[in-house]
Amino acid sequence: MSADVNHSPSASPHAHDRSSIDRLMLRVCLALTPVTLWGFYCFGWPAIILFAVTTLAAIVTEMGCLYLMGQPISRVKDNSAMLTGWMLALTLPPWAPWWIGVGGAFFAIAIGKQIYGGIGQNLFNPALLARIALLISFPVQLTTWVNVTPLNSPAAPDFITSVGIIFAGAPLADGMTGATWLGAGKAAAAGGAHLGEMIRQDFSLHDAFFGLTRGSMGETSELLALLGGLYLLIRRVISWHIPVALLGTLALLALVSEHVNPDSYAGPLFHLTSGGVMIGAFFYATEYVTSPSTPAGKIIFGIGCGALLFAIRSWGGFPEAVAFAILLMNTFTPLIDRAFKPRAYGRTRAGNAIKHVSAARKVV
Amino acid sequence: MLFGLGNFRGGVHPDGQKEASARHPILTSLPLPEKLYLPLCQHSGDDARPLVQPGERVLKGQRIAAASGRLSANIHAPTSGIITAVDTITMPHPSGLPANAMILEPDGLEQWTVLNPPADPYQTPPEELAGLVEEAGIVGMGGAIFPAAIKLRQGRRFEIKTLIVNGSECEPYLTTDDRLMRERAEEIVEGTRLVRYIIEAYRAVIAVEDNKPEAIAALQKAAEGVGSIEVVVVPARYPMGSAKQLIHAVTGYEVPAGKRSNDIGVLVHNVATVYAIQQALIYGRPLISRVTTVAGGCVGLPQNVEALLGTPIRHLFEHSKGLHGTPSRLLMGGPMMGQILPSLDVPLIKGSSGILALNRAEVNTHVPSPCIRCGRCVDACPMGLLPLDMARSSKLDDFDRAQEAGLRDCILCGSCAYVCPSHIPLVQYFEYAKGELAERRNSQQKLSYTQELMSARKERLAAEAEAKKAAKKAKKARPKKPVAADSSAVTDNTDAPAGTEEKV
Repeated sequence: MSADVNHSPSASPHAHDRSSIDRLMLRVCLALTPVTLWGFYCFGWPAIILFAVTTLAAIVTEMGCLYLMGQPISRVKDNSAMLTGWMLALTLPPWAPWWIGVGGAFFAIAIGKQIYGGIGQNLFNPALLARIALLISFPVQLTTWVNVTPLNSPAAPDFITSVGIIFAGAPLADGMTGATWLGAGKAAAAGGAHLGEMIRQDFSLHDAFFGLTRGSMGETSELLALLGGLYLLIRRVISWHIPVALLGTLALLALVSEHVNPDSYAGPLFHLTSGGVMIGAFFYATEYVTSPSTPAGKIIFGIGCGALLFAIRSWGGFPEAVAFAILLMNTFTPLIDRAFKPRAYGRTRAGNAIKHVSAARKVV
Repeated sequence: MLFGLGNFRGGVHPDGQKEASARHPILTSLPLPEKLYLPLCQHSGDDARPLVQPGERVLKGQRIAAASGRLSANIHAPTSGIITAVDTITMPHPSGLPANAMILEPDGLEQWTVLNPPADPYQTPPEELAGLVEEAGIVGMGGAIFPAAIKLRQGRRFEIKTLIVNGSECEPYLTTDDRLMRERAEEIVEGTRLVRYIIEAYRAVIAVEDNKPEAIAALQKAAEGVGSIEVVVVPARYPMGSAKQLIHAVTGYEVPAGKRSNDIGVLVHNVATVYAIQQALIYGRPLISRVTTVAGGCVGLPQNVEALLGTPIRHLFEHSKGLHGTPSRLLMGGPMMGQILPSLDVPLIKGSSGILALNRAEVNTHVPSPCIRCGRCVDACPMGLLPLDMARSSKLDDFDRAQEAGLRDCILCGSCAYVCPSHIPLVQYFEYAKGELAERRNSQQKLSYTQELMSARKERLAAEAEAKKAAKKAKKARPKKPVAADSSAVTDNTDAPAGTEEKV
């Protein structure tokens, strides 16, 4: 071959928009940073330690799996494992013991992702799958919600104590934990109490929205999750379809049911600001691999998530349902992708050529 | 524009990189190269047939190879000189495979042959003008290289409502159409008028992307007072220059799947083609040169050059202040759909809209990683297809499913691969699948042809056997009748083939 040029046969296009998986993943991490830092602030050193342990375990598991599968270990640099670990950590109770984080991360990467064949092949969102596995296996640890104890507050444990809490299972002082609003609401409703009444008395929209409530590390501040989501939208990492459909459906169902029976149903504001709705809608439901790839499919997916979320919260056995709703809809993704395809140029939705009046000149 | 006019779905906004070459006027004083290499096939279709022998002297503009076959185009001598050989050369194609070419050694005299333009083209019958376009060897110069005269004649068979002259040069780096429109707007407007006259179109539109304000201004000025020619501004987005997308943007109609633009009364010609048509019909000049963009990070002076066909591209780079460094990729055409060139020793041909020498930073050299189903390709596809599914099915050799997912409608524009964060060579998969499908169609055709022949043979043999039997029967029946002296001759004849019996 001529020395004029480094000739290597390659198909067009020869230009690229310079995007890459690792950069996309980093953008998602960046969007998650505010909500994560807020979680650190609210729940102190134990949360920071659990987060670090979980994320690290995810990365190590990924490297181990890549090694076993004979794939280049350098593929871990696509940051997807780090993001999975990060997203899992955000779903955990902030003071959960270390083995919850490590076990969850191992489950997420090894069972949730690599067993399917690695990145791009998994059916379920790995982080949520791990969370649900943990919730079912270790219900006590997964529902121990610590009070908000900001880093600078007197109740916050120092670093050494925190290490003890996470690694040695040091007992928590009485009164350090309590229920989430969703949990309390569910318990109250089960006890026959008046849900609407309870919410009016206890629920603080301000605290729920800004994030001064008990819950998972990423569940506290809906505001910061929303801001992160908007960043993803602006940078076109995600499209609006899933979050808007999900939140809209949830709000609509909550509004209608509250209107019909205000005693047994919480309103849209309660639903939209409680638990992991915002972070779920923008970060977990939009995960590329496990959500549909066409605009119409995304809307259907979002509606499904919203409806399931409302149904499980209102009538199901678990107080929080974001993870269940998204995982259930994940199973429908292949079906949705098959059913909702974009219309091709020059064709009808059914795939036939569009009709036209032929412009051929009539031969006289 | 209203109701989606001026737009199409999907598409991408690649970095234009056009400023460097768009700044400079077209270089028209390129010195003659030592030799010109003229491939006999610079068009879609069959090789042209050489008309002159090696050693013969030819004049500038003289036809040296004639179109042969249903789809072909004439080739003319770009300058006066001696045809030294008809030989194989390396083609400007990624394969680097050899093809037949005529090699012309210029004598430097630039002596023109006699040109015979029509006295008044508008008094000449359109069919005759189409014939002159054919004579001039003009092909689609935007890269389609389809013989222009055939397109014009096809256009005459339809009621063309809109003639679109495509000035939407959407490929990055390329500015040949831009410069041509700026500097030769009057000729383009004249050419548009001529094409409109030939195909009897109701409306003629020159569509230019909004990132070429100078070209738009120049065309508007030139079209002033001419009447019946509109300059339409369309948004700059890749692939606006693709005929289907441009038709949708200008008329609001989509070309139905499996149909041509003719069927909905639209005909699209590139501005450079229209310019060449004007040159042929007003001055009688055949297509012997073209404007091409010489650009890319390795080029000393990115610019547009009007060069004779057959000029080695090395010569073009040398007169653009040379190449610095070894190009990472050498392309003919733009970076989105252009083809890799095997070396600098390939000639400029009729379809070369640009010659690019890209450096390392300008090409995508990433290693592909698995698809993460992000759906960016779906958003980017201007045809509304599912590139990720097409690629997956192509990879599995499940071509039927790939067709279903959109391969049958794919225009190979590369928008999907341009935005793919996993750097998957999607277009490569599609080209592979299309190639395999073509192969399959061919062998299917071959098979059915063979089957046809077989069944025809069987039928023939059966018919022959039948005839033989019938003849035998007839023969057996015959002796019962009183027969003359030749009866013995007939009985001896039983082994003769059936055909001979008939004659009896």
